[in-house]
Amino acid sequence: MLHNLSIGELAAHLGGRQMSSVEITRHFLARIERLNPALNAIITLTADQALGAAAAADRRLGVGERGPLLGIPLIHKDIFCTDGVRTSCGSRMLDNFIAPYDATVVARLKAAGAVMLGKANMDEFAMGSSNETSYYGPVKNPWDTAKVPGGSSGGSAAAMAARLAPYTTGTDTGGSIRQPAALTGVTGVKPTYGRVSRYGMIAFASSLDQAGVFARTAADAATVLKVMAGFDPLDSTSVDAAVPDYAAQLSAPLKGLKIGLLREFFDGLESRNAALIHEALKIYASLGTSTMEVSLPHLPLSVPTYYVVAPAECSSNLSRFDGVRFGYRCDQPKDLADLYKRSRGEGFGPEVKRRIMTGTYVLSAGYFDAYYLQAQKVRRLITDDFRSAFQQVDLLIGPTTPTPAFDIGAKIDDPVTMYLNDIYTIGANLAGLPGLSLPCGFVDGLPMGLQLIGPHFSEGKLLNAAHQFQQMTDWHNHAPRGYE
Amino acid sequence: MSLTRQDVEKIAHLARLSITAQEMPVYVTRLSSIVNFVDELSRAETGGVEPMAHPLDGQHQRLRPDVVSESDHHEKYQKNAPSVQSGLYVVPRVIE
Repeated sequence: MLHNLSIGELAAHLGGRQMSSVEITRHFLARIERLNPALNAIITLTADQALGAAAAADRRLGVGERGPLLGIPLIHKDIFCTDGVRTSCGSRMLDNFIAPYDATVVARLKAAGAVMLGKANMDEFAMGSSNETSYYGPVKNPWDTAKVPGGSSGGSAAAMAARLAPYTTGTDTGGSIRQPAALTGVTGVKPTYGRVSRYGMIAFASSLDQAGVFARTAADAATVLKVMAGFDPLDSTSVDAAVPDYAAQLSAPLKGLKIGLLREFFDGLESRNAALIHEALKIYASLGTSTMEVSLPHLPLSVPTYYVVAPAECSSNLSRFDGVRFGYRCDQPKDLADLYKRSRGEGFGPEVKRRIMTGTYVLSAGYFDAYYLQAQKVRRLITDDFRSAFQQVDLLIGPTTPTPAFDIGAKIDDPVTMYLNDIYTIGANLAGLPGLSLPCGFVDGLPMGLQLIGPHFSEGKLLNAAHQFQQMTDWHNHAPRGYE
Repeated sequence: MSLTRQDVEKIAHLARLSITAQEMPVYVTRLSSIVNFVDELSRAETGGVEPMAHPLDGQHQRLRPDVVSESDHHEKYQKNAPSVQSGLYVVPRVIE
């Protein structure tokens, strides 16, 4: 079926004119109409614009133009501003917000001829690990609709797993691409901080936020990342460095690659999950890699560090939502203070308010040194641990999450338990490192993810290692029942 | 450490967030558990460690040439505003 084709196969069919972009787009739109109601993965469908963009792509193809994404549909996480289309960030605050411009990620993909089908549900302002904090309701995991898909990019991950698009975009501040990719059995890439432009991506924690991609395979992700990545003068932390041809690196042999097994990632990990990681290592060993155990002694502090740094940045970033210039405004404010407080109090959900308040507290007079400054110091210690590890090994390997997908409702009333779900993913964000999650097997019928973390700007090596694994396994080809 | 209701009211005021009386006890409990959790950081030995604000070394804030790069889009941007009059954002009266 068309929805099981890779991006490369779709591009070949389009290039050979055996298929039109309009035909492919109609197929995915019909699939979304039929399958999305049970999942709630897509919150805005842009069918008319999609068919218009597909017809435009067909005209470009008709005059001989070719491109790896030309005429191929996608779904954007609703954190990316899309000119003329509602960009809600999963919040009541932005329920009525029509973005007046395109994010750089959106603009680049649009220029490459990508066809946006719609916008994906997400945790409110990307704050959550289960996609339950969305104003638009939880997203269901296609593997078991009683389970969460992970978060914050839960809609993008569920849409990918359900084959509602050939690829989807996401963002990862503390694991928001890798964790949902693991829980839904797809491949998810969080690039190096600064590799992909943050312009037009609604800010949560600016020193951690990074855009990336969900795809079925590392090969597809390589194709998309090449188009998304690169210097953007509109993002002051965008890195001015050439983007390698990731697809060309996929086939490089792994012989001699040194893999580090993170000791801290196995403390308390359930034996069935650990067994999958050890199985994966056997496959890598058969490709000629060597494995050694490495320790990052400060890594256990990464979750508390993150839950100081990220809320601090969030409290500052979200101060822009004031009920004056855009977004939600409360009814009949009695004065300006009332307008600010009630617009924010009613426009934000409980998790966002908790994080804003945590951030306000750790930045407030008398607590700044003990919390915020201390967290920034521990952040350096964690980053230095990674740096030492990469003097010994080429990449680090471990589980993406401690458990498979959990039940909807299981953790939502206990923020700290929810936060601990990101224990394996947060370190890469604090250190600005690229990370990738790929499917590596099942526990109780639910997918689990293998996580690869590399030095700065090693996306090509991570994609190469993931691609080689996917040549030897078929976990990435499994589809949830009813979505084959 | 535990936060009191007064602490949380002060934080909510600083953050310009209205919290209803009904919601308040839940915020006190959950924010206290978060603060307790991040208190673990105080155990880390960080003497002489430089605080880290940027995840990449050697990055500097770029400057761009001081030339006009944007045109006026205020009408488009103000379409998202809750209340606008003559190109100005309208808020409740501040000075009586």
